[in-house]
Amino acid sequence: MKNILEVQNLQTSFFTHVGEVKAVGGVSFQVGVGEAIGIVGESGCGKSVTSLSIMRLLTYPGQIVGGSINFAGKDLVKATEKEMQRIRGNEISMIFQDPMTSLNPVFTIGNQIMEPLMRHQKLSRSEAKAKAIEMLRLVGIPSPEKRAAQYPHEFSGGMRQRVMIAMALSCQPKLLIADEPTTALDVTIQAQILELMKELKEKINTSIILITHDLGVVAEVCSRIIVMYAGIIVEQGTREDIFYNPRHPYTWGLLKSIPHIEAEKKERLIPIDGQPPDLLKPPAGCPFYPRCEHAMEICVEQRPPYTDLSPVHKAACWLLHYNAPKVERGN
Amino acid sequence: MSRNKVLLQVNSLKKYFHISRGFFGGDKTVLKAVDDVSFHINRGETLGLVGESGCGKTTIGRTIIKLYEATAGSIVFDGQDITHLSQTEMLPYRKRMQMIFQDPYASLNSRMTVGDIIGEPIDIHNIAKGQERKEIIQELLNKVGLNSEHANRYPHEFSGGQRQRIGIARALAVQPEFIICDEPISALDVSIQAQVVNLLEDLQNDLGLTYLFIAHDLSMVKHISNRVGVMYLGKLAELTTSKELYKKPLHPYTKALLSAIPVPDPKTADSKQRIILEGDVPSPMNPLSGCRFRTRCPYAGNICSETVPELQEVESGHWVACHLVHKIN
Ligand SMILES: Nc1ncnc2c1ncn2[C@@H]1O[C@H](COP(=O)(O)OP(=O)(O)OP(=O)(O)O)[C@@H](O)[C@H]1O
Ligand SMILES: Nc1ncnc2c1ncn2[C@@H]1O[C@H](COP(=O)(O)OP(=O)(O)OP(=O)(O)O)[C@@H](O)[C@H]1O
Ligand code: SF4
Ligand code: SF4
Ligand SMILES: [Mg+2]
Ligand SMILES: [Mg+2]
Repeated sequence: MKNILEVQNLQTSFFTHVGEVKAVGGVSFQVGVGEAIGIVGESGCGKSVTSLSIMRLLTYPGQIVGGSINFAGKDLVKATEKEMQRIRGNEISMIFQDPMTSLNPVFTIGNQIMEPLMRHQKLSRSEAKAKAIEMLRLVGIPSPEKRAAQYPHEFSGGMRQRVMIAMALSCQPKLLIADEPTTALDVTIQAQILELMKELKEKINTSIILITHDLGVVAEVCSRIIVMYAGIIVEQGTREDIFYNPRHPYTWGLLKSIPHIEAEKKERLIPIDGQPPDLLKPPAGCPFYPRCEHAMEICVEQRPPYTDLSPVHKAACWLLHYNAPKVERGN
Repeated sequence: MSRNKVLLQVNSLKKYFHISRGFFGGDKTVLKAVDDVSFHINRGETLGLVGESGCGKTTIGRTIIKLYEATAGSIVFDGQDITHLSQTEMLPYRKRMQMIFQDPYASLNSRMTVGDIIGEPIDIHNIAKGQERKEIIQELLNKVGLNSEHANRYPHEFSGGQRQRIGIARALAVQPEFIICDEPISALDVSIQAQVVNLLEDLQNDLGLTYLFIAHDLSMVKHISNRVGVMYLGKLAELTTSKELYKKPLHPYTKALLSAIPVPDPKTADSKQRIILEGDVPSPMNPLSGCRFRTRCPYAGNICSETVPELQEVESGHWVACHLVHKIN
């Protein structure tokens, strides 16, 4: 499979008044043409900042401080703003996590969908209008003709999210980055949207990066999964690797904390105790050690290297070192 | 304090919005966001509310705390009808009821530090000052899984999930009795979701809190709720205990919802039988005759387009609004 995107050692920081927040601390991964990968991980671990870096949409005081982002043969880290404007909303489109801040409150929904269609795809006003209405219908918004004339604040949370999805899909991008695209949607509509994304993947070979907290959603859509923690990738592999043979203690914790709908009795959920490290002062060793029940001395001092468990499955944990004690994943 | 068993009673609540434009020009329309909804919540109970995006869940929450004026119906809190209270008369109730908002981005004031955001309700209701205030804020931050140092930072410096926890800390600051949790955990990752849900449960056990828990993650709603109401387009379709709902859903929409839940297991995900709904979601602006689910319902018959199905107690404590409930189950 050819790769559409190759991210190498990406590092992104925020230079705040209290110091440098190392939000993304050296992340490398690839996305194949027509492949859907999932990124999961604790809130604040850098998923959105990774995607904003790819889109080059970081705002002050955020800055890419190292690494490269190769998209279709071009390093986006070095691209000019003008080149990025051509790529954004055309070759790469993004569904943002916060629909309210990315929709403009003073323009109608219809106009906001039409604008990029007229700019990038050179549609006429009436063509763009027809397309906007069709897209709204596709993402399940009833009475799209009337709805298109309304403003963002008149839409419910989930409807705003669907507007974002309609905008992102309307340009048939090569790469779609979807940051929590379905969190606000009910599962019947979610199923519809995920179907729409799968269709896009099959019909026009769009590659997808799906960022979500919902392990159920990644299990359904993605063939490969990246698990992030505190700004780095701690494990990546096929979805089967991650669900059936996870090797990083953080991934174990993640899988343990999901409630099971079939549960007969009400059982207390098992969260991962403690908090993620402050990225202002990331620990020298393994970022997970303060919460890891298997932590050893070396974990505090040195960052664990990646161990290749198969050509696509790798994890960064000292337990995988040949000298480490054997530890089983608890239940 | 009075001790009514029922803390909140919502009677035939309606909330309509008036919309005046069409994309191609057009006339005034009424959007029936909430259309004749009744339920109660007992003290110390958690009622879950699930349903399609745009079906009116947030509007119900906002109307209960009177951010919106009800179009019709009544809201009774601890025995007192609060539907038409003035802003000043509402003040004591504002302290007793809090809402955790759905949108963690829009709901926090970006010019205030996190400490002041959490401290604001403490000041408004004169709860504490100086060192005590500071300690309460730090305790709240720790309670929701943030660090005490976070108090001096601003909302935009936090991720979506972190901001949601700031909102929860703020709601807890005035020690309310009743909290409307509007999708409080959808922005959180699963391990923090578990922390927050355990936290909400602990607070409920310790302080006897009552929750209206709005969400669309059905497995979490099942976990946290005693009873669950399923909404469709401004109306309740089904209402029963959470156990019963998941074991024996009776309404066709509930059946579809349950079958569409994504399962965190690749093998099951690939083999699971789903009820894929077809047909358009009707608009709350073009009220449909009869049952609002009929455009997508696989069982719809003649009667379904003629009369609106009323919510009826089909089995003890199990309420369903469907004409054909006995035929299809
Ligand atoms: N403008 C900013 N200034 C300072 N720090 C920031 C800023 N934006 C993000 N961060 C920090 O960068 C880190 C990564 O944030 P990011 O939004 O990528 O998290 P995330 O993984 O998307 O989380 P969530 O799942 O909650 O959306 C967080 O620790 C956050 O505090
Ligand atoms: N201020 C408003 N003005 C006009 N219409 C509104 C307003 N607020 C909500 N609506 C409409 O009321 C209906 C119900 O919206 P509401 O936000 O209650 O839905 P919801 O069930 O919370 O959905 P979601 O799960 O997407 O958050 C929607 O059709 C919405 O467009
Ligand atoms: S490297 Fe050490 S602390 Fe980190 S996950 Fe592995 S065992 Fe735990
Ligand atoms: S009343 Fe008719 S259309 Fe409505 S849910 Fe029941 S069978 Fe379906
Ligand atoms: Mg994010
Ligand atoms: Mg809502």
